[in-house]
Amino acid sequence: MSTPIRHHPDSATLMSFAAGALAEPLAAACSVHASMCAECRAELRDMELVGAALLGSAPAPGGKVAAPATPPEPVLSGRASNDRGGMADALPAPIATRYGLTLDRIPWQRLAPGVWQHRLTLSPGAQGELYFIKLAPGCRLPLHGHTGVELTVVLTGAFADAFGEYRRGDMQDIDNSIEHQPLGDRDEGCICLVAAEGPYLLRG
Amino acid sequence: MLRPSIDSPAAYAPRSVGAWGWMPDSLSRIASDRSDGAFRRLFQEFGPQIRHYMMRHGADAATAEELAQETLLAVWRKAAQYCAAKGTPATWMFSIARNLRIDRLRRETCWQELSDEVAEGTPSEDTPPDDAASERQRQARVQAVLAALPEDQRAVVTAAFVDGLSHHDISARLSLPLGTVKSRLRLAYQKVRAALEDLK
Repeated sequence: MSTPIRHHPDSATLMSFAAGALAEPLAAACSVHASMCAECRAELRDMELVGAALLGSAPAPGGKVAAPATPPEPVLSGRASNDRGGMADALPAPIATRYGLTLDRIPWQRLAPGVWQHRLTLSPGAQGELYFIKLAPGCRLPLHGHTGVELTVVLTGAFADAFGEYRRGDMQDIDNSIEHQPLGDRDEGCICLVAAEGPYLLRG
Repeated sequence: MLRPSIDSPAAYAPRSVGAWGWMPDSLSRIASDRSDGAFRRLFQEFGPQIRHYMMRHGADAATAEELAQETLLAVWRKAAQYCAAKGTPATWMFSIARNLRIDRLRRETCWQELSDEVAEGTPSEDTPPDDAASERQRQARVQAVLAALPEDQRAVVTAAFVDGLSHHDISARLSLPLGTVKSRLRLAYQKVRAALEDLK
């Protein structure tokens, strides 16, 4: 049984994800959250109706698009379904398949006592950053602000800050007006996927 | 690359009769009889719109034509798998076009799943499939919401969905504060959600 998800992306964030208008790392975080959140998957389907309606109503100048003379054969079976992130320790499929990683094989780099990070490579030219962060039980990140939107998805354990408690599957969607000091769960710590438009800013 | 002139968002006001209205029937027909006529009609009806979408994203005419063909071939080849559970045919076509655009024109990793990938395989806790009739209804409701949207909200929604602009870029293009861009997207979605509430 997976625990219910209580924290979701802002619907403006999800709308832009459906539109294909988010920077690559932000889209990655939304994809990982959606793989664990049936509610957001249903919302995304509704949002895609908006794209479909607008695409269908566009004025389309410029004559016909040529069809190949012979229709191609149909594909009868699709690719196998992704894991939905049901197992408590599994890395959600979208990120596991693209980066060929498992949770126990992330090459962590130590940032500070009790804090580790692993940066993920993005497409050349993509804006922003994408990384895993790991907090040891009871460890706290220093107070920091942000230079744009920051999306954090909890993969294992939990963290808490002034805005609430975030568990597996939860997303924290915050912008540069926010400063926070996340604290890793006392028993489990946490591993999160973080997507940011720009670097974080340490305070003090 | 040739950049086409940008149409005004008002040009994207949905027509009162949905251009996609015939699609669920047509796609089920494609799935069953797979006639050459249905194949040609798919290209005639939707080719120009998808090509135009690609050109708005900076594709030159030849590239846009190729991407439109590729989108429609994918729709055709997978039509046999299509069922209402995988979203409306229109959302399916939109998501194929969107993903190709991200992959080929933006040259970035595409993180959006296609609706056929989402719904396939092991049963999930997702809502059970609606029948094709209710999918048509859902599409019609969304079109009605978009047609009735105040111009300021429609401009923001169009900038996101048709032009693929980020919140920052919309804010710059329309000279709006970032918070206003987000609140208009939220408001538009609330209306969509409310309009679909009783069809869940």
